Amino acid sequence: MSAGHRRLDIEESGDVTIAKFVDKKILDEGNIQIIGNQLFSLVEDDGRSKIVLDFSNVEYLSSAALGKLITMDKKVKAAKGKLRLCTVRPDIYEVFAITKLNKLFDMRDNLEQALEGM
Amino acid sequence: MSSTEEFDVTIPSDTAKGREVQEQIVGGMESRGYAPRDVFGVRLALEEALVNAIKHGNKMDPDKVVNVKWEIDEEHVRVVIEDQGEGFPIEDVPDPTDEENLDKPGGRGIMLMRSFMSVVEYNENGNRLTLEKRTDDEDDDD
Repeated sequence: MSAGHRRLDIEESGDVTIAKFVDKKILDEGNIQIIGNQLFSLVEDDGRSKIVLDFSNVEYLSSAALGKLITMDKKVKAAKGKLRLCTVRPDIYEVFAITKLNKLFDMRDNLEQALEGM
Repeated sequence: MSSTEEFDVTIPSDTAKGREVQEQIVGGMESRGYAPRDVFGVRLALEEALVNAIKHGNKMDPDKVVNVKWEIDEEHVRVVIEDQGEGFPIEDVPDPTDEENLDKPGGRGIMLMRSFMSVVEYNENGNRLTLEKRTDDEDDDD
């Protein structure tokens, strides 16, 4: 499978990188692989360490996608950076709460709050 | 009005085909006026179940198939997914919410299914899974 087109919209706010998921459904294996690689590349290739993941478009995500987010969290922590998640809709938040990942991730209600004190 | 419809579909070990079945089942729920939260939960559970059957059960083997049977009416949807893999001992799946597992990437699919469905049952072998969602299932968020 080729690199595929961008699955993340990237914006900068000061020294913080805001990565917004383009997809409504983060389900497909190939897609999740591409998203994972694009996320990891922010840390590993671009040397970014303050990252906010904006979920406002996301309506579905599977446990495979959660796996990528966990790996991303580890990479950011290893780079002594900060990772925050924001604008997660209630259905999706429930997925994080059931799996107790709301304790692992720093989750904020909206982008403004996610950028505060970053 | 509330007659139960039954379906029986066999698909190859291909997640795109799995998703087509998923759309059919979810479409049946939507046309019967299931609540969006139920539709969300069933879609998520089916995604996890079908990916498990295709990837972990059949190991993507193109010679193996997955059989999906479901029945649906206004009160319930019941889906039986059977793969041709060796199965697995369900008790061997670690609890992903244990402190030492919290940062491990895998193992959350079954947990999500259990949370969103009314019934989640594996056969003894672990290669046949029954999922059921009932509309009279109280939303018991503990």
